[in-house]
Amino acid sequence: MQKYSFNIGIWAMAGIVIAMSQFGALDLYIQSVIMFIGINIILSASLNVVNGYMGEFSCGHAGFMCVGAYVSSVLSVLFFAQDKIFGAPLLPPELAPLGFPIIVIFSGLVAAVTGLIVAIPSFKTRGDYLAIITIAANYMVISAIENMDMVGGPRGFMGMKRVVNAMTDVADIPWMMIWVVLGTFMSIWMIRRFVSSTYGKGIMSICQDEVAAEIMSVNTNKMKMAAFMLSSGLAGVAGALFAHVLGYVNPQSFNIMKSTECLVMVYLGGMGSLGGSILSAIFFTVMLELLRFIIPAIDTGLHLANILPATYHLSQVWKWVLIPLTLILLMQFRPEGIMGNKELPDLFPRLKKFYKFK
Amino acid sequence: MDILIQNLLNALQWGSFYALIALGYTLVYGVLLLINFAHGDIFMVGAYIAFFVATFLLGLFDFAPWMVLALTVPLTMILTAGVGVTLERIAYRPLRRKGAHRLYVVITALMCGLILENGNLALLGASRKKFPELLDKVIYTWGNVSVTNLKIIVIFAAIAVFLLLEFIVTRTRIGMAMRGISYDKFAIPLMGIPIDSVIVFTFVLGSGMAGLAGLLFAMSYPVLEPYMGALIGWKAFIAAVVGGIGDIRGAFLGGFLLGFIEVGVVAVFPSTYRDLFAFSILLMILWIKPTGIFGVAKTTKI
Repeated sequence: MQKYSFNIGIWAMAGIVIAMSQFGALDLYIQSVIMFIGINIILSASLNVVNGYMGEFSCGHAGFMCVGAYVSSVLSVLFFAQDKIFGAPLLPPELAPLGFPIIVIFSGLVAAVTGLIVAIPSFKTRGDYLAIITIAANYMVISAIENMDMVGGPRGFMGMKRVVNAMTDVADIPWMMIWVVLGTFMSIWMIRRFVSSTYGKGIMSICQDEVAAEIMSVNTNKMKMAAFMLSSGLAGVAGALFAHVLGYVNPQSFNIMKSTECLVMVYLGGMGSLGGSILSAIFFTVMLELLRFIIPAIDTGLHLANILPATYHLSQVWKWVLIPLTLILLMQFRPEGIMGNKELPDLFPRLKKFYKFK
Repeated sequence: MDILIQNLLNALQWGSFYALIALGYTLVYGVLLLINFAHGDIFMVGAYIAFFVATFLLGLFDFAPWMVLALTVPLTMILTAGVGVTLERIAYRPLRRKGAHRLYVVITALMCGLILENGNLALLGASRKKFPELLDKVIYTWGNVSVTNLKIIVIFAAIAVFLLLEFIVTRTRIGMAMRGISYDKFAIPLMGIPIDSVIVFTFVLGSGMAGLAGLLFAMSYPVLEPYMGALIGWKAFIAAVVGGIGDIRGAFLGGFLLGFIEVGVVAVFPSTYRDLFAFSILLMILWIKPTGIFGVAKTTKI
């Protein structure tokens, strides 16, 4: 029993959050922040498989997220909602709660197949050139979707809210919160299983020295393919959840800026550390939301002190100056991140009693 | 036929911008083996510096516009080079001193670029700037082909810069020092070559070219916005990679190649397909030749 107490605690926490959002103890804003935390955890942990454990430099993560978001949006609107383009729903909307997880998993699979764009060149190229290929893949995905008039092109795509409403018609519970919690737990569980398996050992050996790993009979191509596909597939799952939480997707919301956010989370948390990814995703999301309130406060303070000219106001853009600045300072003083290559029990050995982390 | 020649000239102009920026990328990469991801944003800063210098000079005295242009070119190049050197000083050099992993330097460069973009947006606001006319437009026409004098200046500037860089890198002592650093970073200081000043000189050259490109770009397309450097920077970088990064001829050719691809795509397909086709073709090239056209395959020692 003691061995499982960590798991039980986590599930209990998730249950409490869902119950609180059910009985109105959390307002909608806090709920959405919690959901974005979950989505960001999936993103940072999945990027950590490639950037941390495998030691490659992929900076086009948002492209796969975009694939997942669009595939899931189109499918769910096609099957469960009345839409101007796709017409009447193909299936009765009562089936939406059953169909939604299948759609999310399917969009993850499609994103994983898209990950092949990056995985196949990665057999031959390494380092900088692979970074280019990932960036190019990101641009290609966005550009391709902008050219599809079927899904709205650059105007974006809506209608996912109707699917969520169809779910709440079946049973009045916070569906999206439940899906995000489940998706996050499943993704973390999958990544942890993956990196602690034989495959994971192979991936870490590629990070250390690829040639030596190849000589020691690690099938590097297979490993790279598995890592890239898992990473991009989970990014697709995150994108699917993101699209349904927001209810609106736009290709430009998955551009290089979004990829940079994922990179910031991975390097802030520490490469090759799942616990670090989770912590940094929580920290980063909360930080972003707090800055919404802090920046205007600083602004009024500075105006009261007559430091700033009256015509100039601090805008929310400063957020995007502060985030890169944090990362630059991090690279200067602690390049391995909050917990580089360590998990929680390395820092707190007593936790091993409650859970097997590695 | 006329349409072909017209598109060819457009592609040459478009490719000149890419080539100018790609040359800066290649110089820094060739010496330091560092992808200076902030280079596209240095180009953007160059365009803004050109804007401020030009408006300042126009407001100060009543110079003739061509006089202002003659003053703006060197001033912009010097100031932009200053920005590039500052970046090297505060961000890259401490990391190099510590002997940090290359990846950390690349991430720092990426973040510096974001800071330049968003800092610009936060300080100057989102209103777009209109670049003043510095050059009386002269249009030469042969049949249906029309060329402005600016287009000719841009193309010739790119070629002149390429020849100058080729000369500096292959024929001068400091160029020899640059090649030496890229060959072996540890033995070169032992030979009494001041490695830091050579690296600063590299950044001066690269950023100066970016400043020149920014000025010419602002003159050709006179609307400035903070994110103008991002996409062009990425694409120029990809052009440099396709040419084989670290090779000056490769960067020059890659830039023009990308220009030709983009203008060709726009001439045949709707213009929204430009990025898709450009990136797909470049991916194909990289699949076939993983280290670019002029690139040399590196062997790894075990």
